[in-house]
Amino acid sequence: MITFKRVSIALSVAALMAGCSSGVKLDENANAGNNNGGANTSGSASGVAGVDLTGGQIAADGGPKGVGRVVYFDFDSFVVKSEAQGLVDANARFIKADAARKVTIEGHTDERGGREYNLALGQKRAEAVRRSLNLLGVSDSQVEAVSFGEEKPAAAGSNEAAYSQNRRAEISYR
Amino acid sequence: MNTEHQSPLHSLQALTPLASRRSLLAALAASPVLPALAQFRVEVTGVGLTQLPIALPSFRGEEGAPQKISQIVRADLERSGQFRNVDASSERLDETSRPDMAQWRQRAADALVTGSITRMADGRFDVRFRLWDVVKGQDLGGQGFAVTQADLRLVAHRISDFIYEKLTGERGIFSTRIAYVTKAAKRYVLWVADADGENAQSALSSTEPIISPAWSPNGSELAYVSFEARKPVVYVHEVASGRRRLVANFRGSNSAPAWSPDGASLAVTLTRDGLSQLYRISSQGGQPTRLTQSNGIDTEPAFSADGKTIYFVSDRGGSPQIYKVGAGGGAAQRVTFTGNYNISPAVSPDGRWLAYISRVGGAFKLYVMDLDGGTATAVTDTSDDESPSFAPNSRLIVYATKQGGREALMTTTLDGKIKARLAGQGGEIREPDWGPYQKY
Repeated sequence: MITFKRVSIALSVAALMAGCSSGVKLDENANAGNNNGGANTSGSASGVAGVDLTGGQIAADGGPKGVGRVVYFDFDSFVVKSEAQGLVDANARFIKADAARKVTIEGHTDERGGREYNLALGQKRAEAVRRSLNLLGVSDSQVEAVSFGEEKPAAAGSNEAAYSQNRRAEISYR
Repeated sequence: MNTEHQSPLHSLQALTPLASRRSLLAALAASPVLPALAQFRVEVTGVGLTQLPIALPSFRGEEGAPQKISQIVRADLERSGQFRNVDASSERLDETSRPDMAQWRQRAADALVTGSITRMADGRFDVRFRLWDVVKGQDLGGQGFAVTQADLRLVAHRISDFIYEKLTGERGIFSTRIAYVTKAAKRYVLWVADADGENAQSALSSTEPIISPAWSPNGSELAYVSFEARKPVVYVHEVASGRRRLVANFRGSNSAPAWSPDGASLAVTLTRDGLSQLYRISSQGGQPTRLTQSNGIDTEPAFSADGKTIYFVSDRGGSPQIYKVGAGGGAAQRVTFTGNYNISPAVSPDGRWLAYISRVGGAFKLYVMDLDGGTATAVTDTSDDESPSFAPNSRLIVYATKQGGREALMTTTLDGKIKARLAGQGGEIREPDWGPYQKY
């Protein structure tokens, strides 16, 4: 574990230096891949693997490179699913690595139901992710849980395909 | 208040108590206005048994006038559910006519309104009318107004109020205002419009969502939730000046503002202590006092008219239901028992009714509950109803719904028999809140 950490620091320094010399556009592209959540599709020119686990590289949004930001929820559920645990772990490590880092957890619902009640349900999802981070040792002072309710759907449409994309909490580093 | 016609040559300020409203409208006019944005269309979906038949021939001079006064009044009265229009399109009468009552009785009209509109030398309009009780053959009085073109619709609504009050004995709500929110492309706009949806004026436009507008009890301010800071925050917005102040911007989400009847404080939903709970805060801002202590969601507070009770939504029992609690907090009592999803309570100003949204088999329906007996009735045949709000005379409810896949605002009588739709809207339209009687 200790050696792993050293690698991660080295990588993070490299990433910072790369950030200095390369243009903003590159980072933006990398970020666009990350925002789709889950897999690291942006790749790396050097071909170095393992960035997902270290969380050491910083994406354009200020968050960890190659790590998803979106936790999806089942219908009427406020439980962080086991399949999201890796994403939460990686974000937790990243946030803990720098006490100055601040994140906002933005909870969302699908369009069904009242706007204010959905705002409260979205808050419950954001809170669930905040608690998960907290259990992993992230200080509450670094995290704010807020809700957008049904106001900011990720996918348009009144069908389950869209709804399942919209029932989510986003970890925002902006 | 009998047959004497008030002189139309007085200024509006001297003649009627419209002055403060007019200056308010003048201030509002500075903000951008989308022309022909909103048109109320009355859709009678049921038959009221006690509708009073009234004849409203076109006012003399109306053809060339910028607003068809008699049409606006007819639509107002019809939308109220209390009146039925008797065709009088062929008649040429004005407020000086002595109508043949026998003839109007034959046409089954119980009341008749005659009037005129004349452009004056200074460019303003002289609007006069007279109301007749056809059954008794009695002149019930009239009024005259000298106004600018911009105030003609307001004059028509004042005429509707006069007629409504004379014939029903209750105060009319036609010259009140509603607020609502539209979303078109990526632009959210908070509008202030006449109670018939016309004359909509933008109070706020934003690229981020705006929800839950709520009129202050004196009708001068709107509280609402804006997401402009990338989180929900409660503002109070002075409508005439556009001045805004942050009232609740605590850690987490801030939402669901509801005014206490004295206007001094707001009940709001805050998540500063974790889950959504109710708090009370001065309408000037400051430190909130917690009102509810549950381990679930408590939100959507709504004050009773006497200010002693707050109705709200809580899922403390496992599903969202409406509860009530004393305005200072304390033990909550459950109010709704049927169904497993009851939200968005609105209490009528007379304290007799509770309007709310209930999910029934996947459909979201507007219900009206008699608070004395506890019986609740669905009053719509739509399935996406939202955000009910009572007119200040407790006779109508405005709500949002979907018609033909598009969002629409409707008004309905409490029995659901007479509905009117706000049509011609360019985007999605939602979150209506009916303002109070205007104070003059």
